[in-house]
Formats: sequence, structure tokens, C-alpha cells
Amino acid sequence: MVKGIQYFTRKFIRGITLLIGLSILTFVMMQCSPIDPISAYVGGDTSLTLEQRQAIEAYWGLDRPPIEQYMTWLVNLLKGDFGISKVHGQPVITIIKEKALASAALMGISWLLSGLIGFILGVIGAVQKGRLIDRMIKWIAYVQASIPTFWMGLVLLIIFSVWLRWFPIGISVPIGVASEDVTLLDRIRHLILPAITLSILGIGNVILHTREKMIDVLNSEYVIFAKARGENMWQIIKNHGLRNVALPAITLHFAYFGELFGGSVLAEQVFSYPGLGSTLTDAGLKGDLPLLMGIVLISAVFVFAGNMLADLLNAMINPRLKEGL
Amino acid sequence: MTKKYNMRTRMMLSLTISVSIILLTILISYLLSPANLITDFTKKSLSPNLQHPFGTDWLGRDMFTRTLKGLRLSLFVGFLGAAVGALIATVLGIAAATLGKKVDSIVSWLVDMFIGMPHLIFIILISFAVGGGIRGVVFGVAFTHWPSLTRIIRGEVYAIKSCEYIQISRNLGKSNWYIARKHILPHILPQIMVGFLLLFPHAIIHEASITFLGFGLSVQTPSIGLILSEAVKHISIGDWWLAIFPGLILVCVVKSFDNIGEHFRVLINPTSANE
Repeated sequence: MVKGIQYFTRKFIRGITLLIGLSILTFVMMQCSPIDPISAYVGGDTSLTLEQRQAIEAYWGLDRPPIEQYMTWLVNLLKGDFGISKVHGQPVITIIKEKALASAALMGISWLLSGLIGFILGVIGAVQKGRLIDRMIKWIAYVQASIPTFWMGLVLLIIFSVWLRWFPIGISVPIGVASEDVTLLDRIRHLILPAITLSILGIGNVILHTREKMIDVLNSEYVIFAKARGENMWQIIKNHGLRNVALPAITLHFAYFGELFGGSVLAEQVFSYPGLGSTLTDAGLKGDLPLLMGIVLISAVFVFAGNMLADLLNAMINPRLKEGL
Repeated sequence: MTKKYNMRTRMMLSLTISVSIILLTILISYLLSPANLITDFTKKSLSPNLQHPFGTDWLGRDMFTRTLKGLRLSLFVGFLGAAVGALIATVLGIAAATLGKKVDSIVSWLVDMFIGMPHLIFIILISFAVGGGIRGVVFGVAFTHWPSLTRIIRGEVYAIKSCEYIQISRNLGKSNWYIARKHILPHILPQIMVGFLLLFPHAIIHEASITFLGFGLSVQTPSIGLILSEAVKHISIGDWWLAIFPGLILVCVVKSFDNIGEHFRVLINPTSANE
């Protein structure tokens, strides 16, 4: 047990160093960027005088040396102050909080969906191994990896929004309706397509992993024994398969948080869904440094948390690893 | 029909098809005349027909030509990304395994840092840092694909290092450099090759994704991502072919690369090659 705590303390400290490293890396990259934040901020406005320019520089603290800037930035970060977005003119943390909920809903639903559907398909594939349905499932899993998320989104958009008119095109709330009047139903309607797009993204991995593990289980001696006892397929899966296969699959799925975040950037762009992803794209394109760095760090924390959870689960589930701690 | 041929023959067939798809794409993209890209409002927004298999866009440009030429650019950036990625991975992987514990822990720390972050976010960051444009996209794709391969190569080199013939070579007084060049590199070369091939589809998808988001905007040489992002504005009025066909071709090419990489992996490994 003590060893277990040590193991996780080590993991945790390593994670913290990774985050600090990442923040330094982000900061250095932004320093090196030839995009001048001030000209990016004022846009094409050439009437800016030197005094005005210096005033803005002083206001943002750009006139001080980089290390000092980094330290101020880091200290402020720890206090929860991510700076002020240059494009939105609001504190970054406020924007992130505002968008995070929308993103969390999108990613949470997709994460659950892809895990669940992938797992079921994987089990079906394993049970029907070698038959047509298994080959179809395997094919889906392999092809899925080659399909860009954003194109998947476009195809769904064309089929369901343009042709069938089941879902609206873009924007997470209807246009021309006051924000108080937006019902939960409207929000859900705007969430469905992006969520489906995003859940397709992660499905291949889960399918292949589950299928392989399930085939292993079905070939094991205890399953042969269960068959000899007269258990039918469903009983075998329920009693011997699911628990053995589900836990590693869940671990794998937690580790996939990073990919999910990357995918949400694309899905949000396709459906103009106002979450963290589309805000990040916007910040990157408009040169909004504080916002860009804020979201990058938040996503890093998010991914780090996912990996920690995966490790934790893995250690708790796997008795062999527990002893090895 | 499929039963008649063994695994190897089928694999070779699939390999040949994949390679031909890619070669054909590149070849045709050179043969198509740039004249098809001239704005012609009399041929605006035509749905696919014999003359324009992919239809035309809102400026009357032939989508087939645009798609293939755009794809060539994506392939080029993807190639660059995969090549740089494989190079970084080789250097870091060998360094980690041969230069002692300290280097090893630094490299694995770096790998951990990069592997955790979503690729796409890193690409956005890097592309922003080098000033955007095509250059931003190339740098972004090039510097984000090395971590997983680094891990593989490091493990591989570690395994080779403990082999007896390496020990003998060392006892015979050969230098580290000699051992690395003569004994280790030839062994991991196939791994690097396969790693490179498997990075390729990733790099292409990321290139398309990042240009789709609007980074590396260049109207003269639109890459496949840009073509698709332009299509977004036009699909609401029913110009479905603007998005469907370019994406379909992209998927085919990416899948072909994936096939080639996977098949090579199986063929190179002596235990699986004979199945």
C-alpha cells in the first residue's frame, strides 16, 4: 500500500514537471513567434503612434525581459489568473469557464458513446469471429483510422442537415432567438451531430482492443470449462468475459483523452460549435496569445488527468501490477 | 476466390493496389493542365458529369484538378513530416539507448511531454510560433510525429545492445560509433522504414486537418484541407460534391499508405512473414 502511494506520488510529480515543461515550451514558442502580438491586436490599423504602442506594451508587460514575463505569468497562473484575452477583452479564465461546459458536454457524450458502441461491436466481433459480421466490424475499425474527423463531420452535415434537414447547420443555439429562450432541447439538437462525429473518431481502437481481448478470453481454459458445464454464449460473456475485457478497455479509453481533445477542435470547427476547440482555433488564427496559452495548458491538464486516471485504474484492476509496485 | 490464394499473395496484391493508387494520384495530378483551374462563370457549380467527374466549384474551376493538385501538396507536407519525424525518432531513440541513464531519462521525459498533448494542439502552437503560413504547417507537422517512434526505436536498440555479438564486438575493442553504425543501425533500419511509412498517413491527416482549420492559408496552392474548408460555405446550398469527392480521395490515399505500412510490418518480421 505504501509502495502504491509512492508510485502515485512519483507519477504525480512527474506529471507536474511535464506540465511545467510544457508551460515553458509554450512560452518560449510564443516568444519566438514572428507574429507581433501588438500588430495582430490592432489589425491593419497603421495610425498607431509610437507612444500608443509603448503604452500597450507597458500595459501588457511586453517591455520587460522574457524570464520576468514568464515568472509573472506562472505566478498568476497558479492564482488562477490566465491574463486577459486580447481579442475578446475578457479575462481568459472567464472565457474558458464559459466554453468548457459546452466542450465538456460534447466530449463527455462522445467519450461514453464511442466507448460503449466500440465495446459492444468488439464483443460481437469476437463472438462471431471470422464470419461476415466480424469482418465488417474489423473493416469499420480499420477504415475509421484513415478518415479525418472533419471530413466525417462534413459528410454527416451533408446527409443529416442539408438533405434530410433533421438537424440544424452549425451554431449551438438557434439564430435570432434570445439566449434566455434557448431551450435545453435546442441545445441537445445542436449537440447530436458533433457528438456523433467525435464518437466515431475513437471507436476503432476500442473495437480492436476489445475484440482481441475477448477472443483471448473465449479461447481460455476456463471458458472451455464453462462450455462443458453447459453455459450458453451469453452466460459465458456475462460471467467470464465482460469483467475481464471491460476494465482494460476503460483504461485504454481514459488514455485517449488527448486524441479526443484534438478531435473536438475539428468537430467544433465543422459544426461551429462554440466550445474550447473552436475558441482555440480562433485564438491561434488571430494571434490571441493569452487565450491560446490558457487553452493549451487547460487541455494539457485535462490530458494529464486522463492519463493519471488510466494509470490509477490499471494499477487498481491489475493484481499483477499491484504486486509489482 | 479469396480462398484460392494464400495470405502472402493476397497481401502482395493489396500492396500493389495501394501503391498504384498513390502513384496514379501523383501522376494524374501532374498531367492535369492548370488551365482547368481558370475561373469560368459559365461552368459555375456544375454537379459531377463526364467532363468534370468531381463537378465544378462556385468559380467554375474543375474540382477533380483542384483535388488532385491539392492532394499532391498534402502528400508532400506529409512526406516531409514523416521523414523529419522518423529522423528525430532515430537520433533520439539511439541516443536514449546508448548514451547512458541521464540522456535516457531526459529523452523519455520529452517523449512523455509530447505524447500526452493532442497532436493537433501542438501543431497549432508550433505553426503559430513560426509565424503561420505554409511554413507553419510544415514545421508543425514535422515536429509532432516523432515521440511514439522514438519509444519503439529505443526499445529495439536496448534489445540489440544486450545481444552477445555486441558484447564480443566491444571486447574486440570496437568503438561505440563503429558498433552503432555496423551492428545496430542495420538492424533497426527496417523498423525505421516501417515507422516512417506508418507515420505518413498520420502526417497527411494532420496536414489536412490543420489547413482545414485555416492555418497555412495559401490561395494559390490550396491543399486538400483548404479545399474542404471552402466547401463548408457551399454545402448548405446543396453543392455536396465539393466536400464528398475530395474527402473520399483523401481517405483512399491515407488508407493506401496505412496498408503499405502495415503490410511491410508483417513482411519484414520473419515470424509473421511466413504465415
